[in-house]
Amino acid sequence: MYEELKDFGFTVITVALDRSAEDARPYIEKAKPQHPSLIDSEHRVAHLYGMINISTVVWIDEEGSIVRPNAIEYGSDIFKEFHGLESAPHLNALRAWVKEGKLTDGPEQVRAKLMLPSADEQLARAEFALAWHLHQAGKTEAAERHFERAGELSPFDWTIRRGSMPIRGMNPMGPDFFEIYKEWEAAGKPTYLTRAVENQRT
Amino acid sequence: MRRGSFTILDNGAESQVDAVVRQDTVWLSFNALKTALGWERKPEGLCQGDMCIPLEDEQDLLSDDGVDLAGLAELLTRPLALDPEERVAYLGEAARDQSAQLMSLRAPDFSLPDLDGKLHSLSDQRGRKVLLVAYASW
Repeated sequence: MYEELKDFGFTVITVALDRSAEDARPYIEKAKPQHPSLIDSEHRVAHLYGMINISTVVWIDEEGSIVRPNAIEYGSDIFKEFHGLESAPHLNALRAWVKEGKLTDGPEQVRAKLMLPSADEQLARAEFALAWHLHQAGKTEAAERHFERAGELSPFDWTIRRGSMPIRGMNPMGPDFFEIYKEWEAAGKPTYLTRAVENQRT
Repeated sequence: MRRGSFTILDNGAESQVDAVVRQDTVWLSFNALKTALGWERKPEGLCQGDMCIPLEDEQDLLSDDGVDLAGLAELLTRPLALDPEERVAYLGEAARDQSAQLMSLRAPDFSLPDLDGKLHSLSDQRGRKVLLVAYASW
């Protein structure tokens, strides 16, 4: 996709919400990208953009404006059975935007699709950031307390609850993760769009 | 009561200042407040840029040891993650400010390393359409 579109004034920036370059390295080396592939161990981009899961994609135009807000999209249909999302609609829309400047949503529609954070969600992000700092300083027990608190405050932010697991020595593919998944399912699988609709109602 | 070095992370920007920790309350001197968070004491009150908070109404924020960090954070509606024992605090973005930032539709700039440690910024790409993708090994 990048190869097809790169001569149309387009680039990709990938950001790995991983605790180290080493965790992300296999993915990046396999992809051999010609575009920036960055490591975000502090989850700075996740916090700045209000991201709550992966893979989250955002479209940013030539002037630095967001023209398509946070959405969960995948580059292929490998995991389609699991998440139910087709990759083709997004990739087709992307092609139309890059090659022809086509956008289905104007700024007001983009704003209507934004998930705006609650005070607890912002506090969860601060707790995560503090936990990461403590972890880097070798204060594992203290870090654990703050990772736990972050997860309590924002139970459906996977970048926090699942994203902290490798850092804490927990298995992100194991029983701890399935507990989170069941809770998320029971809550109606909240995502960017379901939260945006709630925002519109209030 | 323990006076000593304290780490303040203001949306990630780190400062070491002097603080008094008394029963889980963290007191910062006005000097420390200015160094760590950029808030300066003026006749009008506690000020940052054009914004001032009058202090006459906020007496419970003040003691002989300075300003109560948690009380100040609450007044600013900024989230505060605090570890008095480890003597470190992270002050994050207020929900209202984060919402305003998102609603502006301006893509926040960032600077992160690649696998070789070289830094790249979103602003490097100004003039190009960008697909930003966040993923992880988890």
